[in-house]
Amino acid sequence: MAALLQLDKATIRFGGLTAVSELDLHINANELVGLIGPNGAGKTTAFNLITGVYQPTSGEIQFDGKSIIGCKPYHITARHIARTFQNIRLFPSLSVFDNVRAVFHSQLQGDVRHALWRGKGYHAEEQSIANRVVELLEIFQLGKFRDEPAKSLPYGDQRRLEIIRALATNPKLLLLDEPAAGMNPTEKVELARLIRFIRDKFQIAILLVEHDMPLVMEICERIVVLDYGVKIAEGKPSEIRGNPKVIAAYLGQESVAAPI
Amino acid sequence: MNIRHAKTVLLGVLAVFLVLSLFASRINGYWLNNLYDIGIGIIMAVSLNLINGYTGQFSLGHAGFMAVGAYTAAVITNQFGELNVFAESGVFAVALFAGGLAAALAGLLVGVPTLRLRGDYLAIVTLGFGEIIRVILQNMDVVGGARGLSVMHGWTNLFWAFGLAAVTVYVIASLVNSTYGRGFIAVHDDEVAAEAMGINTTKYKVTAFVVGAFFAGVAGGLYAHSKQFLTPSGFGFMQSITFVVMVILGGMGNTIGVILAAILLTLLPEGLRLVSGIEHLPGIAAERPLNWIGETRMIIYSLLLIVLMLTRPQGLFRLKKSPLAKH
Repeated sequence: MAALLQLDKATIRFGGLTAVSELDLHINANELVGLIGPNGAGKTTAFNLITGVYQPTSGEIQFDGKSIIGCKPYHITARHIARTFQNIRLFPSLSVFDNVRAVFHSQLQGDVRHALWRGKGYHAEEQSIANRVVELLEIFQLGKFRDEPAKSLPYGDQRRLEIIRALATNPKLLLLDEPAAGMNPTEKVELARLIRFIRDKFQIAILLVEHDMPLVMEICERIVVLDYGVKIAEGKPSEIRGNPKVIAAYLGQESVAAPI
Repeated sequence: MNIRHAKTVLLGVLAVFLVLSLFASRINGYWLNNLYDIGIGIIMAVSLNLINGYTGQFSLGHAGFMAVGAYTAAVITNQFGELNVFAESGVFAVALFAGGLAAALAGLLVGVPTLRLRGDYLAIVTLGFGEIIRVILQNMDVVGGARGLSVMHGWTNLFWAFGLAAVTVYVIASLVNSTYGRGFIAVHDDEVAAEAMGINTTKYKVTAFVVGAFFAGVAGGLYAHSKQFLTPSGFGFMQSITFVVMVILGGMGNTIGVILAAILLTLLPEGLRLVSGIEHLPGIAAERPLNWIGETRMIIYSLLLIVLMLTRPQGLFRLKKSPLAKH
């Protein structure tokens, strides 16, 4: 079976800097893959390539059998790839409910005229959207906050709301950019449970960029390691753990003759 | 307001002003003129609120769109002589709509190339655009150039001024208070996130500009047929600023607040003028003791704005719960 997402020698250069170099990456349907690497390894850049924020200088990216090169971020979302951000990017002045509702806009049947005329069809559609939003919020226990402004939520709940908002786009692939950043150990345990739950409940593939090694090792089925924009290892968590290249990338290589 | 019945409310408001306009001859001309200014101010402020408040694009050229609408409508109606009441209404409606369309086209022309600009940069470009419109009009001899253009008909009445203000409020409120319309606020809050969540931010920004400009053009047509004389300098930068002040004072993205601010800011200078005309105050011997207010009323007006902004930066009429939070 063809992979859901397929990166083929994807490369992006910013001036003289090659941020991601000839990256081959594939993700199968309903698979949970981790993308790790030291700071500045190109993880978020790889993310931005997949989501259309950047266009690759060369190489090919295919999703569901079709090339997504040249697509704008909102096209890519319509093709069922959703993402969260490293530093939370909610719509702060909108309520929790409206943060999720805004996303349903791309799935609307009617257009502006619908909203202006406000006929029966409009109200029925708004009602069905409202039901789906509430359903999503309830699944993640955020129903009680539905009318609060998003900015007033506690940090962990904001993270969860961002994930809910991404799920509302009805994705086949969800990209999570450092979801554990800034979380305490208890919240991290909760997050690991949440990510697995999402994968099983919504039957989607997840690509997780994360710094937190224990979390990645625990939940990912396959891990890809980047260093200086190059893929240096790929495999099961157990294989990655012992890989000397990975250890070297993270801890630094021992110099043969360290001049002191 | 129950949004389910918004259409009924709109029809009710239209009917009320239709009836009121029949009795307009009993109101003195000075007050009638002030009322028209209020209606026009509401249309301008509420439509600018879609661009500046809800969508978060800082436009400083709203008077430019108004000018386009005013001149377009005036040129059209000047082709006609005296008409009976039905023909008059028909011609006026068409002229106002044409003014709106011309302004919307101008909005599209400004919107498309400036979409990559944000904040201050966009403000400067729209400011420049407003000035370009003014200078073009000043040099167009067909419409009188700097001498101005006489508008033959004074067809603006209470029905048109407030009926169209109600239509503007209805359209913009319905637009924003829908799943579709949450997109405007999403663009305002975080463009990158909006784009990543499937929202075509470019389309939303252009829509905001075009819809906002359309209503500014309609307001321009009303203005032309209430003042009956247009000069390009009447649509300058300061005029745009007045509308921006209404939006900021009302609380960006708060339709009710912006309506109230438009009423207040239109009436304030006139109100100060009236106060200064009071002949006697009990206990004070001097005649017209408040005359000084008349001489300094624009200074008082400016000072009041400063004080209001210092004490209520979130907008004068910000409700306890932001209407943005409602659905």
